[in-house]
Amino acid sequence: MHDSGLMQQAFVFLLSAVVAVPVAKRLGLGSVLGYLCAGAVIGPFALGLIGNDVEGVMAFAEFGVVMMLFLVGLELDPSLLWRMRVPILGLGGLQVVVTSVLILLVGVQLGFPWQQSLAVGMILAMSSTAIVLQTLNEKSLLKTEAGQSAFAVLLFQDIAVIPMLAILPLLALDSSLVAAASHTGLSGWQKTLLVLAVVASIVIVGRWVSRHLFRIIANTRMRETFTATALALVVGIALLMELVGLSPALGTFVAGVVLANSEYRHELEAEIEPFKGLLLALFFISVGASIDFALLAAKPWLVLELVLGLIIIKMLVLIVLARLFGLSAQSNGIFTFALAQGGEFAFVLFTFAGNNQILPATMIEPLVLVVALSMAATPLLIILNERLILPRLSGNNSTRPHDQIESEEARAIVVGFGRFGQIVGRLLRMNGFAITVLEHDATQVDTVRRFGHKVFYGDAARLDLLEAAGLADAELLVVAIDDHERCLQIVEVVRRHYPQLRIIARARGRRQAAEMLRAGADHVERETFNSALALGREALRSLGFRAYQAQRAAELFRHHDELNVRSLGEVLDDESAFINRARQHAVDLEQVLKNDQKVDAESGDQAWDRD
Amino acid sequence: MQAASAGTQTDLPPPRALIVYAHPQHQHSYGNRELLAAVQGLEQVTVHDLYEEYPDFHIDVAREQALLLAHDLIIFQFPLYWYSAPALLKEWQDRVFDFGFAYGQNVQQEQQSQALAGKALWLVITAGGPVNSFRDEGINRRPLNDYLLPFEQSAALCDMRYLEPFAVYRIRKLTKPYLQERAEEYRAALLQHLRDLDAPHPHPQENADA
Repeated sequence: MHDSGLMQQAFVFLLSAVVAVPVAKRLGLGSVLGYLCAGAVIGPFALGLIGNDVEGVMAFAEFGVVMMLFLVGLELDPSLLWRMRVPILGLGGLQVVVTSVLILLVGVQLGFPWQQSLAVGMILAMSSTAIVLQTLNEKSLLKTEAGQSAFAVLLFQDIAVIPMLAILPLLALDSSLVAAASHTGLSGWQKTLLVLAVVASIVIVGRWVSRHLFRIIANTRMRETFTATALALVVGIALLMELVGLSPALGTFVAGVVLANSEYRHELEAEIEPFKGLLLALFFISVGASIDFALLAAKPWLVLELVLGLIIIKMLVLIVLARLFGLSAQSNGIFTFALAQGGEFAFVLFTFAGNNQILPATMIEPLVLVVALSMAATPLLIILNERLILPRLSGNNSTRPHDQIESEEARAIVVGFGRFGQIVGRLLRMNGFAITVLEHDATQVDTVRRFGHKVFYGDAARLDLLEAAGLADAELLVVAIDDHERCLQIVEVVRRHYPQLRIIARARGRRQAAEMLRAGADHVERETFNSALALGREALRSLGFRAYQAQRAAELFRHHDELNVRSLGEVLDDESAFINRARQHAVDLEQVLKNDQKVDAESGDQAWDRD
Repeated sequence: MQAASAGTQTDLPPPRALIVYAHPQHQHSYGNRELLAAVQGLEQVTVHDLYEEYPDFHIDVAREQALLLAHDLIIFQFPLYWYSAPALLKEWQDRVFDFGFAYGQNVQQEQQSQALAGKALWLVITAGGPVNSFRDEGINRRPLNDYLLPFEQSAALCDMRYLEPFAVYRIRKLTKPYLQERAEEYRAALLQHLRDLDAPHPHPQENADA
């Protein structure tokens, strides 16, 4: 019975997403707004399809944010993170402090005690990692100057939650309750040590132990085992962090950064990505569902004033800081509009503040509504910025246009790095092309890595993994694995999704080559053909042919044989026609070679100048 | 060779000849094969068979330049194809007669950039047409030397001495004894050129040859 209830709920969530997102996208509103609207519609205040435990769903769905930060971490290697230290500490730190202080002043001005005002200020200084990153990513803005700055601020906020959880209990008006709040019973320095030890262990495990673990798992060739491992890793770290009182998102982010250089990076990305996507969708829907329309109807003006006030204060701080840190006008616009909302941390912190008697329920309820509405307003604000403000700025030539952070995306992806793929890869690298390599044999990955090649473990027959490796931005896919069926599958799937991409592939024999061409490969090389031809050429020389004579005979053979492969493609499905045509080709080719020798013999010294 | 060096008082090594031979179908050759046979095996002569060395046209430039530096008389021997040399010889010249080596300035090294200066260039050519086809009224309309002007000018640019080409016409129609006679002539002319190079004051005598 309970199960069927769960299934029903799951079905409602999934169906609402399926309906709302395409509609929202069609209207140019982005997926986040679609989810939020869907949530509002199915929520307890409208259709009431999902029961009343919205908070429970949200708490579960928040894990999507944790996964998202893990994925963001995977994209950032430590050196890149180190280069971001100034925006993280400077921009992020100032944003949190200045926003908190401004809200504190407004609160005091309105006649609230300073403790309550400070608590609200700190909580509202947070922005929504989920909404900002999802929206920016959807618009491909994450790697721009604005996107990176916004990310730096969000990262600092994640770190700032830790001291906030320590400070908030001290703000309780009734100080007798303070002691109850610190539940771990550890002194400050012990806790600090514990935190450092946990982070250090994540780094050590991620750096040195995980590779061996992943290799063992990968060698089982069971995809779901790898999925389970990836999930267990993220969940385990999140639990560990919660145990020591750190933000789980921060912990998984660190784990992601540590694994950013791992050969299993793309595989992990591909495994976690669908879970993250679904959970985030669930999270956005539950935010939409949690909007208290009854309260909104009761005090519409108060709520609207608070929402506008919050957005304006945050935007003012952001706009000044962005200018201070030298962002261009366009980046400033994106940055400011993106971060001007309350975040999911506010839900957690308000609950925490309520439990610790810091804030009364009469304050918390409208503020939670304000945060939810400000989150819902963010996609609209970003669209507003795009449609009305950015076009005016772009006329101004003094501002820099798209400031793309250099990404190391390779122009070519090489799939399969055995004896065949390595030659292709080395030739490309020696000529200065960065390549991304995927190899599905974990032992081979280790061997090749020892020679200093950057190789990722992964089964390239999966489109999601290829996409994680940057297929969408690549110009060329080289398929160099030995398993013909898998080769064919890759070529077919990739061709269907990326009709413009150039695909060149390895094939076993002429039949396989013809199949590959039909599946959509632009160019095919048979794996033994060229070396066999070279050996044949040497055989001709050994039997007395001149080097150039043998060379020409081999080239002629190659040319005709390649034409034949293309022609065999036409009769691939008819076995007897295939054999007949192959036979006919052999006869034709022999005649061609004979004729060529005859012409040679007739010309000789007088080649062109006959009497 | 002993006779050549006896006449000079210098202790310089005796001059050497490099035959850069370009024939894509040596296996079917009638004339060139005979000509080559007459000079092959001479102690001061290196035969360098381009189509045999570089059937894929991938030329080892450094090796070829070293080979050029080690010789004094450079001979291009080839059948006339479309009023010029077969393709590989052109490719060879394009790659090996490099700027900074054969001509122009070599900025980095102080050594002379005209590495071929003072050496002699001699063309040995077989043609299908008779000598009278290379006349105003003949099918080829001009004397052979007109068509060889690019080689003459190449030599000039590299400060090389350009020797009068040795040509054998109507190559497929020649009788074997006559061809052997011409091959013998070739051998003698080659040795004479080497002797001239060895003389204290070399006079570029332009030997007539049919």
